[in-house]
Amino acid sequence: MMEVQIVVKLKEGVLDPQGQAIQRSMSRIGHDEVLSVRQGRYFELQIREDDVEAVRQLSQEIAAQILSNPLIEDFEIREIS
Amino acid sequence: MKVGVIVFPGSNCDHDAYHVLKSVVQQEVVFLWHQDRDLQDVEAIIVPGGFSYGDYLRCGAIAKFSPIMDSLRAHAAAGGPVLGICNGFQILQEAGLLPGALLRNANLKFLCQDVYLRVEQTNTPFTLDLNKNKILRIPIAHNDGNFFLPEKQLENLEENGQVIFRYVDSNGGDSVTGNPNGSVNSIAGIVNSQRNVIGMMPHPERASEGILGSNDGLSIIQSMIRSLDRVKN
Repeated sequence: MMEVQIVVKLKEGVLDPQGQAIQRSMSRIGHDEVLSVRQGRYFELQIREDDVEAVRQLSQEIAAQILSNPLIEDFEIREIS
Repeated sequence: MKVGVIVFPGSNCDHDAYHVLKSVVQQEVVFLWHQDRDLQDVEAIIVPGGFSYGDYLRCGAIAKFSPIMDSLRAHAAAGGPVLGICNGFQILQEAGLLPGALLRNANLKFLCQDVYLRVEQTNTPFTLDLNKNKILRIPIAHNDGNFFLPEKQLENLEENGQVIFRYVDSNGGDSVTGNPNGSVNSIAGIVNSQRNVIGMMPHPERASEGILGSNDGLSIIQSMIRSLDRVKN
């Protein structure tokens, strides 16, 4: 069994009003050094498979099919262990 | 005419759509459970609003894998009319039956209010009884209705006449104030290139009886019925 971490985030250029609201609230409590916030989603998957390459391929497939909407989001396979 | 209303776990406008079809326009109507594949010989399908699967992951992202969606795809490919309302619109996009995505409202508020729509296209099964440029007052109720499409694809959508409803102000004019959720080009409803699958964020089923404050949505339902009668005759 292996564990994989996948991060999904909005593509550059797609408006992220939630990120903007979070950034404004940071600014309100004094953290005006934070110039921008983009919000995403994080997933941990446990996969019944021991081959790193196979897990990578499977993760790519799952991230593209279900975890992200390719029109507005990009994904990253962060770590396989 | 027989119409089907799909029911997902979390659908909550299914009974409103059923009521309008059965009691207001007096047609045969059945619920289609999302786990079924049998469309029960319906001639048109409504994908209703609500919060299918609790909006988990993304609105419509899990509903698109329900077994009934394969049958809906076949119905649509054969030219059968499909109307997606609100969450139904989101589901049809996620399923790849309509272009674009619906992002979080630009002002981050859940919007529950009447809006004004301008009819942009009448050559679809759901708008053929309407006049071009007619203004409709129909409610919206959504958190994620901010229509988005990358620029190039947006140009194509406009050129192909696939934008059927646009948010406008109460006088029917284009304005920022008339656009409640930040949608690009104030888009409220679109049709696929085959012109038989429609998605719209406003709720025509909630504006189909005078007692509810507006019956501007009724002509959309009536258009659908007449389009099917026309095919038959």
